[in-house]
Amino acid sequence: MFGGIHALSNISLDVLPRQIVGIIGPNGAGKTTTFNVITGAYRPSMGEVRLDGKAVTTQPPHLIARAGISRTFQNIRLFGDMTVREHLLVAQAHRGFSPRRLLPTRWADPEAFRRTEEILEFLKLGDVKGRIARSLPYGVQRRVEIARAISARPRLLLLDEPVAGMSHNEADDIRGLILKLRAGGLSILLIEHDMSFVMNLCDYLYVLDFGVMIAQGRPEEIRTNPTVLDAYLGHGT
Amino acid sequence: MMSTYYAGLLADVGILLLGALSVYIILATGQLSLGNAGFMGIGAYLTSYLTVTKELPLTVALVIAAAASGAVGVMVGFPALRLKGIYLAMATLGFGEMVRSFFLNFDLMGGAGGFRGMHHVSLGYIWTWAAAISLSVAVLEHSQIWLELRAVRDDETAAALAGLDTTTIKVGSFGFAAAVAAIAGGLFAHHHVYIEPGNFGFERSIDFVLAVILGGSTIGAGALVGSLLLVMLPEYLRFLAEWRFTVFGALLIAMLLVRRQGILDRSLFSVSRLGRSA
Amino acid sequence: MLLQQLVNGLTLGAVYTLIALSFSLVMGILGVLNLAIAELFMLGGYFGFAAILAKLPLPVALLAGMAGAALVAAVIERVGYQPLRNAPVVTPMLSTLGFSIILQNVATNVWGSDPLQLPDELLAARFTLGPVSASAMQLTVIGATVILVALLAFIVQRTSMGRALRAVAENRDVARLLGVSAGPLTLLAFMLSGALAGAAGVLIGLHYAAITPYIGVEIGLKAIAVMVVGGTKRIWGALIAGPIIGLAEVMTTAYGGSQIRDFVVYGLMIMILLLRPQGLLGDRHTEQGPRV
Repeated sequence: MFGGIHALSNISLDVLPRQIVGIIGPNGAGKTTTFNVITGAYRPSMGEVRLDGKAVTTQPPHLIARAGISRTFQNIRLFGDMTVREHLLVAQAHRGFSPRRLLPTRWADPEAFRRTEEILEFLKLGDVKGRIARSLPYGVQRRVEIARAISARPRLLLLDEPVAGMSHNEADDIRGLILKLRAGGLSILLIEHDMSFVMNLCDYLYVLDFGVMIAQGRPEEIRTNPTVLDAYLGHGT
Repeated sequence: MMSTYYAGLLADVGILLLGALSVYIILATGQLSLGNAGFMGIGAYLTSYLTVTKELPLTVALVIAAAASGAVGVMVGFPALRLKGIYLAMATLGFGEMVRSFFLNFDLMGGAGGFRGMHHVSLGYIWTWAAAISLSVAVLEHSQIWLELRAVRDDETAAALAGLDTTTIKVGSFGFAAAVAAIAGGLFAHHHVYIEPGNFGFERSIDFVLAVILGGSTIGAGALVGSLLLVMLPEYLRFLAEWRFTVFGALLIAMLLVRRQGILDRSLFSVSRLGRSA
Repeated sequence: MLLQQLVNGLTLGAVYTLIALSFSLVMGILGVLNLAIAELFMLGGYFGFAAILAKLPLPVALLAGMAGAALVAAVIERVGYQPLRNAPVVTPMLSTLGFSIILQNVATNVWGSDPLQLPDELLAARFTLGPVSASAMQLTVIGATVILVALLAFIVQRTSMGRALRAVAENRDVARLLGVSAGPLTLLAFMLSGALAGAAGVLIGLHYAAITPYIGVEIGLKAIAVMVVGGTKRIWGALIAGPIIGLAEVMTTAYGGSQIRDFVVYGLMIMILLLRPQGLLGDRHTEQGPRV
């Protein structure tokens, strides 16, 4: 609730292991708000968020992230003055009050260092690993965001409009990437406006409108659901 | 053998360096503090009290004062979490003035009349501390924890959602900075052997900020360059003597217009790191 | 005795109100804390003094102070603000800091760091009303403030310039889209705020019958506290916060000693920043923006 306005009401969604779930709906439906609640940026006035059965609703965002939920953002939020490699390093190495954090990551956490190189390889970011994030082209920045999110070794990856503004080819690459990530054991929850992308990828869909869930089901079911069509047509754009 | 005058200048550089570093440490997390002279004042008065009244050795007194000031820094750091940008700057300005006002009223240590009785400490001693702390910061800048500091500065929300404990980082930076500023204060007190509340007011806080912004706000070494500039430049341009603050003000404006990050820049050093990772 | 403190507090409060309005104009419209305002306040005082010592009448001196400060403010806007207007607001704030450093240094060199005194005969008359007595000087200060505030209110509420200013304050991007050109408006905002600060400088100089280059830091900075307490985005908050802080300061001096008064004033500011950041008059919109 925001100052009297119900941003989200009675939303209930589940993501099973190795499932790719999509949240769709017209603009302003509350999709990003849902992400914000899941990651702990917003606290719901009612309800719960559970990871593997354990409630994480009231935990601060950084602990939820460490528990295994990572996300990317609609408007890319990278660390402007840091290199690509530094993004991945900083996202994984954090252990309490250990004096090891006073050392460079290479010595403090060689495991993280190695993993960073792997992920850079995996996402074809090897060439740009020393470049400052701010100087990279849009498509590469998106990949860096995803790289950062997965370097934290999440169980659930939240992708907020991962292919926004991308060409068909680029979107295809991302689709392939998501499938590879799923094969590697990740569960993925994504928000997207690109219908063909969503229909071709997701195992299950939830449709939101005005903060309320108006439909859920497999893509084939949703595609022909009259309530859903109504919501989209009713909104015009 | 160095002249006393020149030694005095170098002492001022060392002390200003520590003050500038205290601003730099907080700035590294994206917070601007305009009140670090307050921490310097706490350090100066507490150190002086311990050496003069309790007759403790200076080094012990400095460590105790640094710890105490660090605790105050942490206490300031927590409410500071709720403020950002200019509002935080205003609050820290207020804090600095409150500390100054407190010592004006603190008759136990002289109040407006100031406090004296400290013994004079050598240039070598001052620079031992200045060098030790500067080197520690320089080493720390390559650490994992400094990566986290930088992430918090660049995008605090994204940092939190990437698993970083932004609270500990931001509050911790205030604590660390307060301790460093306190040492600057203790050394100041034992170099000038007289302190008064006016020494630790807004103008002092601004000196620190000026040194960092001019010398380079993205790397610790910038504090050294800035401190050298502020203390030494007037010596080389003697005719400027009374107008040196006009020059510094103009330099600040020019720097912000032309090269916002200051003289030194982190990227100037990354080339020399020859591909070594963060 | 208490009523007497009231008059003293109101006089000081009037000056605070003017300076706080000055801070608030730039802060509310541009989001920038113009630290140079404290020194514009000081400069205005010197300009006014120069006029008085040149035997010019008081209203002219007041205008001299306002005009001089407004001119310097215009320079600051062109050189220090315009090129940096798209940077994070802390950057232009640091730029104004640079100007304040310059201005104080210049004033110290031109006029010396010793206080400049006013001739004694000026407005020495006192008026007594029952247990309270106010000097003509105090009444002048309060009266002039009322007139200036009324003028400002007229400009902001009734003129098209003022409407434009308010539009920019509401939403800078939208205002630009609507064709309200930001450039001349920000210059206007700076000059108006300079004029207010300059007026305050002349008035405080009259009140104390002396002026030093340090009143900017001593008094001007505290007006930031007034702005915060009144509500940084609500410029009229300064109208009640000014007298409140002025009174608080005078009372603290009378009953607690002058050394602790800054502690109280800034303490109030910090409390408001933490507990009620929108100020006494502000509404509940958070000043900091959304968390995500």
